[in-house]
Amino acid sequence: MTTTNNPLKIVVASGKGGTGKTLVAVNLALSVNADQLLDCDVEEPNDHIFLNPVETKNEKVQILVPEIDENKCTYCRKCAEFCQFNALFIAGETAMVFKELCHSCGGCKLICPEDAITEKPRAIGEITVGKSEGIELVYGKLNIGEALAVPIISAVKEHINKEGLVVLDSPPGTACPVVESVDGSDYCIMVTEPTPFGLHDLEVAAEVVMQLGIPLGIVVNFAGIGDRGVYDFCDRRNIPVVMEIPYDRRIAELYSKGISFTAEMPEWKPRFQELLNTIRAQIK
Amino acid sequence: MKQITILSGKGGTGKTTITACFAALSENALFADCDVDASNLHLLLNPTVKETMDFKGLNVAKIDPTKCIECGKCVELCRFNAIEDFKVDPIHCEGCKVCVVNCPVEAIEFNERICGHAYISETKYGPMSHARLTPGMENSGKLVTLVRQNASKLAEEMGKDLVLVDGSPGIGCPVIASIANIEAAVVVVEPTLSGIHDLKRAVELLDHFEIAPFVIVNKFDINEENTVDIEKYCTEDNIVLLGRVPFDPTVTRAMVQGLPVVEFEPNAVSSKAIIKIWKRFSDHLLND
Repeated sequence: MTTTNNPLKIVVASGKGGTGKTLVAVNLALSVNADQLLDCDVEEPNDHIFLNPVETKNEKVQILVPEIDENKCTYCRKCAEFCQFNALFIAGETAMVFKELCHSCGGCKLICPEDAITEKPRAIGEITVGKSEGIELVYGKLNIGEALAVPIISAVKEHINKEGLVVLDSPPGTACPVVESVDGSDYCIMVTEPTPFGLHDLEVAAEVVMQLGIPLGIVVNFAGIGDRGVYDFCDRRNIPVVMEIPYDRRIAELYSKGISFTAEMPEWKPRFQELLNTIRAQIK
Repeated sequence: MKQITILSGKGGTGKTTITACFAALSENALFADCDVDASNLHLLLNPTVKETMDFKGLNVAKIDPTKCIECGKCVELCRFNAIEDFKVDPIHCEGCKVCVVNCPVEAIEFNERICGHAYISETKYGPMSHARLTPGMENSGKLVTLVRQNASKLAEEMGKDLVLVDGSPGIGCPVIASIANIEAAVVVVEPTLSGIHDLKRAVELLDHFEIAPFVIVNKFDINEENTVDIEKYCTEDNIVLLGRVPFDPTVTRAMVQGLPVVEFEPNAVSSKAIIKIWKRFSDHLLND
C-alpha cells in the first residue's frame, strides 16, 4: 500500500459513551487525509454511517472452539476441571461444550489424555474493508448474542497499515475491549464532555492509557456546558487539552444525519490538521 | 419482584439520566448500576456505602524467574500473546491457566487477583447495588453478575417490588449479563443515524433473549425526522413507545448539582416528559 504520510497510529477513546469519539475520529481522518480508519467499536460500529464505504469486502471472524469426540471420551472430567471459563460440562456419560463461554485458549485439547478433543472454527462476527474518499475503512461487527468483542477487535487491527497514518476509533468504557483497541498506538486522544459524568469516566480511562504508556491528549467536546472539573483534572495531571469543540446545534444536527461536520463547516478542517501537528509535536 | 434494565446500544444517549429519574419517582425499588467500567449512577443518587466486597476475577499467571529455564513452551502456547521475555503481562493475561499446567518445570504460579469491588449502599430513594472494575480488567460480565446477585438478594430480603438496572453501552459480554432474567428492557435512543443503527442491534439482542423492549426517544428535537422514523420502526415491530424527551440544558445543570433532573427542577420540560413516561411505564409494569 502506498502512502504519503509519516507512519502514525492515533487512537480515539473516551471512557464515557456518547462524548464524540466517532465525531472526532471520522473528522480527523477526513481532514488530515489519513490512510486508514479502523472502527474498533465492534459492538456498535458507526464510522461507516459517515463514510459510506464502497468496494466493500467482508470476512468472517472465527475463533476455535473444542469439539469432543464421544467415541474417544472416557468422561474423566479433566477438561471440565481445567476450563477456567466453565465452557465444558461433563456429567455421567454426557459431554457438553458451551461455545459462547469458550475463550479459545486451547487448554482442553492439550489436557485431554484420550486425544478426544479437536478444535473447530466458529464464526462470532465479521469485518468489512472498504474505501471512502481515499481512506481505507475497516470495521468489525460482533454477531448478536455473542459476548466476546476482543477477537473481532484483533481481527480489525490485523489490517493495520503499519506504514500509514492510521486513526482508530475505540469502544467506550475502560475494560478489556478498550485495552485491546488502544494498545500499540502511538498516541491517544481522549474525548470527554465537561460534566461530572465525563470527568468521572475520563479519570478511569486516562489511568488505563497511562498504564499502557501511551501519550495522551484531551479533546473537550460540547465545550461550554457543565462545569470546570475536566479542566481542573487536566491541569492537575498535566494532561494537555488539545482541542475544544463547542456545543453547537449545527454540529449535533449534522451528526444526527450521518454527515461529517467538516464537510459542511470546512473552517474546521485546518483545526483538525493543527491537532495532528500538536500530536506530532507532543510525541517528539 | 420485577427486574428492568435500562439500555441504549450507543453510549451517552441518557441511560443514567433516565435511571436516576425513575429511581427518584419509584416507591419501593432497588437500584443496580451495571455499567461497571464507566459507572455514573452514584453521581446522581449519592449513595452511602454500607458494605464493600472484593471482586475476584480469574487468576493471573506469574513466572518465577528462579525456576524458569526459558524453554519457551509458555510463549508458544499462550494464545493471548501475554508472555514476553519470560514475564507475564497481567493486562493481557486472560487467566486461562494453559501456561501454568504445561510448564515442564512448574515455574508458573497462578494467583488470585482482585479485579474490582462491589458495594451495597443506601440512597435517599432506596438501596443500591454497584461496583467498580479495576481499570483495564477483564471479566466485566462477571462483575455485572455479582452486582445483579447482590441486588436481587437484597430486594427479596427487603420486600422490594422492583429492581432498576442501569446497563452499559454495547451488546457484548457486560450487556448480556445485565439482561439475564429480566422482565423487560427500556432502550433509550437519540434520533441520530448512529443512535438508530445501535437501537436496532440492541433490539435484536433483546429479541434473541426473548425480552420485551420499551423505547424512549431522548433529545428528540435534535432531529424530528429521525424521531418519526424511530417511532415508525417501533410501531411496525410492535415495540411499546414510552415517549419523547426534549433536549434540555437543565439535565446538565442537574448533573452538575448531583441530582436527578426530576428532583432538581420538576417543572423543567425534560422532567415533565420523564414524569409522564414513568407513569406510562409503571402502568405497564402493574398490568403485566
